[in-house]
Formats: sequence, C-alpha cells, structure tokens
Amino acid sequence: MSVKTVEEVKEWINTEEYKELNFKREAVVINPPKACQPLGAIFAASGFEKTLPYVHGSQGCTAYFRSNLSRHYREPFSTVSDSMTEDAAVFGGLNNVIDGLRNAYTLYKPSLIAMSTSCMAEVIGDDLNAFIGQAREKGSIPEDFPVPFAHTPSFVGSHITGYDSMLKSILEELNQRQKKSTSVKGVEKTSLINIIPGFDPHVANIREIKHMLGLMGIKNLILADNSDVLDAPLTGEYSMYTGGTPLQDAINASKNKGTIALQKNSTMNTIKYIQEKWEDHPAFNLYPPMGIKLTDDFVEKISDLSGIPVSKELEKYRGRAVDAATDAHQYIHGKRFAVFGDPDEVYGIVSFLLEIGGEPIHVLTATGNKTFQREMELLLASSPHGQGAKVYAGFDLWHMRSLLMTDPVDMMIGDSHGKWAARDANIPLVRIGYPIVDRVNLHRYAVVGYQGAINMITWIVNTFLDELDRNSDDAHFELLR
Amino acid sequence: MIAIEDGKKIIEDVLKAYPEKTKAKREKHLAVHQDDCSTCGVKSNVKSAPGVMTARGCAYAGSKGVVWGPIKDVVHISHGPVGCGHYSWSTRRNLADGIPGVNNFVPFHFTSDFQERDIVFGGDKKLEKIIHEINELFPLNNGLSIQSECPVGLIGDDIEAVAKQTSKDIGKPVVPVRCEGFRGVSQSLGHHIANDSIRDHIIGTKKLDNKSKYDIALIGDYNIGGDAWEAKKLLEEVGLKVRSIWSGDATLEMLQTAPDVKLNVIHCYRSMNYICRHMEETYGIPWVEINLFGPTKVAESLRKLGELFDESIKSNVEKAIEKNMIAMNKTIEKFKPRVGGKKVMLYVGGLRPRHTIGAFEDLGMEVVGTGYEFGHKDDYERTKDYIKDGVVIYDDVTAYEFEEFVKKINPDLVASGIKEKYVFQKMGKPFRQMHSWDYSGPYHGWGGFEIFSRDMDMALNSPTWQLVTPKWRKGST
Repeated sequence: MSVKTVEEVKEWINTEEYKELNFKREAVVINPPKACQPLGAIFAASGFEKTLPYVHGSQGCTAYFRSNLSRHYREPFSTVSDSMTEDAAVFGGLNNVIDGLRNAYTLYKPSLIAMSTSCMAEVIGDDLNAFIGQAREKGSIPEDFPVPFAHTPSFVGSHITGYDSMLKSILEELNQRQKKSTSVKGVEKTSLINIIPGFDPHVANIREIKHMLGLMGIKNLILADNSDVLDAPLTGEYSMYTGGTPLQDAINASKNKGTIALQKNSTMNTIKYIQEKWEDHPAFNLYPPMGIKLTDDFVEKISDLSGIPVSKELEKYRGRAVDAATDAHQYIHGKRFAVFGDPDEVYGIVSFLLEIGGEPIHVLTATGNKTFQREMELLLASSPHGQGAKVYAGFDLWHMRSLLMTDPVDMMIGDSHGKWAARDANIPLVRIGYPIVDRVNLHRYAVVGYQGAINMITWIVNTFLDELDRNSDDAHFELLR
Repeated sequence: MIAIEDGKKIIEDVLKAYPEKTKAKREKHLAVHQDDCSTCGVKSNVKSAPGVMTARGCAYAGSKGVVWGPIKDVVHISHGPVGCGHYSWSTRRNLADGIPGVNNFVPFHFTSDFQERDIVFGGDKKLEKIIHEINELFPLNNGLSIQSECPVGLIGDDIEAVAKQTSKDIGKPVVPVRCEGFRGVSQSLGHHIANDSIRDHIIGTKKLDNKSKYDIALIGDYNIGGDAWEAKKLLEEVGLKVRSIWSGDATLEMLQTAPDVKLNVIHCYRSMNYICRHMEETYGIPWVEINLFGPTKVAESLRKLGELFDESIKSNVEKAIEKNMIAMNKTIEKFKPRVGGKKVMLYVGGLRPRHTIGAFEDLGMEVVGTGYEFGHKDDYERTKDYIKDGVVIYDDVTAYEFEEFVKKINPDLVASGIKEKYVFQKMGKPFRQMHSWDYSGPYHGWGGFEIFSRDMDMALNSPTWQLVTPKWRKGST
C-alpha cells in the first residue's frame, strides 16, 4: 500500500482504483441499508387490533427495534421480550415463554400476541409451537388465545422477510378461526378487496390507497393497517392500542373477493399462502403503485378484480398528478439519480423517475433476489432514460459511495443512512424509505398513488431549486424558476 | 415530593396488575426512599422478568454501543447477523472529530452479515477475511475490535484465535470481545466485558509523551452531543491536562497511554469503574468521581479535583468558578422563574438518574422519582446522597409501571429515553430524552448547563402543550 497520510487516503478512497478494490471484497459488509427480520415481524403485528408483538429471545434486540421504529415515526412502539439469558442458552427458553406469555397477557391485556424470535432462540432451536402449547397448559394464556408465531432469525433475509413471515402466520392463525366458527362451507363472498401494504414506512400510503379506492367506491380491508397505530393523535391520553385491522375482519379476510399486495418482495410467502389456501380467492403480488404508471397498473388490477370501472373522480385525481408531472418535468428530465433502499420501493422510485424523464444511474439494494434484479433490469431496458443505469442487488452504501465518487449523479434518493455518501459526493439526498430519522413528518406524506407522485415531484424538484438558489451568483439568482 | 405513605400506596396499587410470581419479583425493585436507606430500598442488577416490557438492552449494546463504539480510529466489527450493528449505527450521538472512512470510523456499520451457512459452518474463516479486507480498504485504522453478537457464542466460534492470528498478520491490535447479547442481565455486563478486553489487549501498550504533573484521564465521558469537549474545556481552564478520554472522541493511543496519567477522573461510574479500579491496582493511579451537570456540582467537582493537586490548580479552580458563575447566575435568573418548582421524574441508564438531579435543582426544580435501567447496588448507594425522603425509586421499571407512576405522581416533566418519549408526550407530558439529549446538548460543564436550562424550559413551556385540548372541550373558558 503506497497510501499513508490522511490527505492521501482521503483522495484515494474517491478513485476508480479504490472502487475496484471496494467491489472486490467478499466478506465484510459496510453500511448495508437493511435491518433484520424481527423488526419487520413486529411491524406487521402492529397493524392488527389490540395485538402485542412479542419477541422470544434476547431482550436487547427488542430494545433496539422499539427505539428504531420510534425514531422513524416519533411514536411509541410497544413490544415485549421474554428476556432470555445464559441459562436459557443452556436449557432452552421454555420457562421464558411460560412466564413471558403470562406476564404479557395479564399486564397488557392484548387480544392477540404475535411471537417472533431473535437469533438466540433460533440458534438453540427452540420449539415455539410446543412451548406455546405448554404455556397454555400451565394457564399462562387462555386455551383459545391466539399466539401466531414466526421464526425470524437475523441471519436469514431482512426486515422484509420477517414482515412476510409474521403476516402470513397471523393470517393463517386467524383464518383457522373462521373455519372453526363456520359450520357451513362455501360462505358467500363479500365485495371487499384485501390490500396488503407490505413493509411500508409511510403511514400516509395506506391513507392514500384508501382514498383512491374511496374515489372508485371499492370497499376494502387493509391487512394489516398500522396507519393509526403509528400516527396516533395527541389527545392527552395514551393508549397502547390505537387502531389496527380488527381481528374479526382479518378472520373473515378469505371471504373477501380477492387480495392485492403492494410490495411483492415483502409478501411473497403471504401471497403464496393465500393463493394456495384461500378458496376461490385470487391474490396478486404487485410492485408498489409509485408514480403514474405503477399506480395505473394498480388501478387497472383493482378495477378488474372488483368489476368496478375506474371512476371519473379517480381519473380527475390522476389528471392532477399528470399535470404536476408535466409542469415539473423540465427540472427532472436528464438529471442523474442514485436510488437505494428496499427492492419494492427502489423499483417504484425508478419507474417514477423514468416516466418523468429522470435518469437512474446507480440502483442499489442490500437485499433483493435474482427475480428482482431481472425485473429491475427489464424496467430500465424498457425506457430510453434507463440506458445508463446499473442494478446492484445485494450491495451496501460503501459501494454506493464509490459509485457516486467515480460516476457522479445529481441526486440520491433513499433513507437517512444515505446522508454520509451524499455529503461526500456533494449532492442532495431526498428521503424516501426506512428509516428517516433526521427529518420530521415525511412518513406522513404518501409516496404511493397519484398524490404520492405529486409529493415525490415536489420534494425532488424543490430540492434541486433550493440548491440552485443557494448556489447561484448574483446574476443568476432569479425570481423565476 | 409526595408523602411516603402515599408513595407506598401507589407502588402497592401498581403491583396489583401483576401475576403473583412477577409481583413478588417486581416489588423488590420499587420503593419510596426513606430514612437515608443505603440502597434506596431497591434490589438491582438482576434478570428482567419475561414479557413485562423492560427498556433494557444487552451486553453487545454495552460494549459496542457504549464503551468501544466511540473509539474513532478503531474499526468495530459487529460480528454476527446484520441487525445489532444496524440498530446501533450512529444512534448514540457520540460525536467524533475526523474524516469518516479515512481516520474516523464512528459513523459506520461494519458487519459480517451472517447468513445461515455461517451459523452452520462457523464464521471464523469469514472473520479472518473481513479483517484483512477492512485493513486493506481502511489503511489508517489503528486496530479492530470484534463485537460478538448472540450467535457467535452459541455456535462455538474461536474469535480469540482469529484475533491473535490476524493481529500478527496486520501488525495492529485486533481485540476479541465476548459481548454476546444473552450474557448478563442488561447492558451493564457489556461495559464490564469491554473494560476487561481493553485491559487485556490495549492498556499500557504505549508510553505517553511530554508527561506533566497535571496529566489526567477523563473516564466515562462518551461525548454525547459534544459533552466531552465541554468537559475538556472546563478541566483545562483550571490547568489540568486531559490526555485521554474514555471513550468519547477517543483514539486508540489515548487508551494505550492512560496508565501514564496522574489521576483518573471518572464521570460515568457505572460503565467504567472497572478500568479505574484496574489502573489503581496495577499502576497505582488514584481515581475520583465527578459530576459535570449544573453549576453546583461542577463547582463541587472542581474543588474536589483542586484538593488533589497543588495551590496553583486550587487557585485556578476558584478563579474559574468565580468567572463562570457570572454566566451561570444569569442563566439561573433567566430560567428559574420559568421552571422553578416543577417536578421531574427521571428514568435513565448509567449515571444520569443521580448526576442530573443537581442541575434540575439549580433551576429550582424537584426530582420526585428516579431509577436506573441497569444500575447496581453501588449506584443506588451513591443515589441516596442526591435525594430526599419521599422520592419514588424504580429499578428496571417496566413500561406499565412507569406509565402508572407518571399518571399517579403527576410530574411536570418526564426525562427518559426514546422508547418512553412518545408515550408520555401522548399523555400531554413535557418530555426530554436524557440519553441523547434529545438531539441537543452538550449538557456537561458550564456551557452545557445553559443548553440544559434552555431545553428544560422549552419542553415545559412550549406553547404546543396549550393546543392539546380544543377550546370546545375546555368547558366555559
């Protein structure tokens, strides 16, 4: 290594040579934009009425999840842990489940406890089903009290995998209850459409979906709806349970007309389960309705599924978003972007950029499988604006830094963790995704649906214009932009 | 302050919600302080009950997050799956000077990102490779630490052997830290493990240059929001030389050379008393506890330090106190009328459940309840000197208990952590985060008190609290 001084290294880490070395690494992962499974699991659980997320394993994990979620939403996030320690590592966590369920049930009076696991419980191989059964026998919880569970070790997948596993488990558990309570088979279908938002960190997204469906007169059930839980009003009174999908509605969800999931990568197993097990119940896994085209896809799908034509009102609503896009296209057209985050969100952002003339250049996810990579590449190939892009699935933000320094772009889009790379590259970061812990209220704005397209245009364009104003010389500091 | 009998009744009522077994456990951790009781009447540092919603973290959090993480020129590998390192990535506000990725690795998350195959086949080979890759990509690192996550200890990896070999290979310290999250009952054991690993691998391996009789180490200041910089300023103003900080904005060399100082000055006793005791036993370095919150305690602490040095330091201390008290009195004059008489309930970690009481009292505020997330008996023994009879004490408080205590005791301000913050704000209670200074700070030293005072005033007197109840619900007004 010839580089020795601070100044030399400072220059060196920006070079093509460094980039090559950086991309050669096989073992260390540096600044990956992904969290772990149980975070997604407790997030999924938080969307159900009076549901207490419960993590079987080490307690530190739960403290981390709660802090992490509270920082993003600036809201309380309740989850219990059964605090396994060294003795449990030797003897297993049975006693922790027995005492933990009893305490959690007695103290916090939930209607459902959703159990996920930390690494510790998974490495020692605790048998959740048997443990929960024994806890029932010991009277920790009533005989028929629902405790769906999911195995969610951090060494498999990421938070979106955990979301999928927990959601599937809760739906499975609740659906079984429907069968128990229904004596006649082939109960009549409702006209409701189930919507699964996925690991969606923008609470306003759920509200936007409901609003759009309202404009079409389509009745719907959100599985699971944590928009009120994670955006609770300040009234002077605190309640641990502030909303969520009613359990009875979730029990009956399979009787609804069909299901549409809006983040295909975070709901693969859930949708597969619904397709296989729910009778006469079509289920679709879509990319999120971000931008005009993907929102159109969603609208078309929901119109087909419900048999309800797209309403004039919704077309008017769409038209306003298109108006916003054409009004602002000149500020985005030809601009170069780096995008990172969870696969679904990244796909949605890229699709949106392409349709407005922006040029995605570096497209990076920490997770994402081969199907995602292929679909992402197909999307980019389909547009003249996508020709300069390269997809990096399974990479991290230290890779991203090298990309930004060697092949500069005008803006980065992603979560707060992108701020160091953006700063080093001297470009603005527009924050979309999870977590956003250094700006306020962004989760209260939709990024899906037609309103979401308007919001994204607003943030991106105004950020560029703010930069322009701050950096203009006197002559070019103009009133009109 | 509430009457002792009322406090006891409150505790009794709150405990009613628990199943018998847990009630019997929890009642030992809740008390009303009376008769100068040496332990404040509570048991501590034992396992949390399962399922009750403790705020506690784990040994990894105590080691990587607290003790090791702030050492800026060392690359800290979160060894194991991705989660732990993700959640502790730049979430503590331990500020550090330096160029990120060049000579400062604080705002980073280095992880071995374990996959299932690493659990099955072990992670030692991967770890070895990781260390070499990091050393190549970040040549100005002065060493590495391996922060073990839960699976590492359960699958029987030999990180000690990997550390030894790779340290030889790269010619830098590589420190294995057995801070798996399932060890111990809280963050606290992680502090101890981290202290021990520094003792075993780092301390005393370099000599201090330009020694003087005023050389001190500031131990247990993590530079939250710039605290250690404020502390350094204050100590240097009286002529002391802060040669080493553990571990806010620290370099490896500071830890290596620490045994050459004359005195260890410790702020966070809980997380670093171990290393002070070690340096006392091994190198004969005395140590002294100080408190840098609020002018009363700052002045007291400076005088205590003056006593341990010569007349020149003593006279500097008096001069510094006189000089700084002018600004402090102005601050008190400004804010005391706005916050005086207000009641506070605290629940924090480390040292703050006692150390911040003086700062509140300087403003005429009263602490009516306090407790530690991961305190030990010796923390509560020290707490009794700060509190009066009638203060409600809660050790490892559960979410349920804390909520009920606040409802029943009805303080004007709750000062605790991020997990508590929004619960109490929903109740309409002014709140300040006392781990992160709520993204403000520093709170240490003279300058810190001005910020502390402003922040408490801001929380208590924010006009937003008047918006909570709409006028049509306020009755006749």
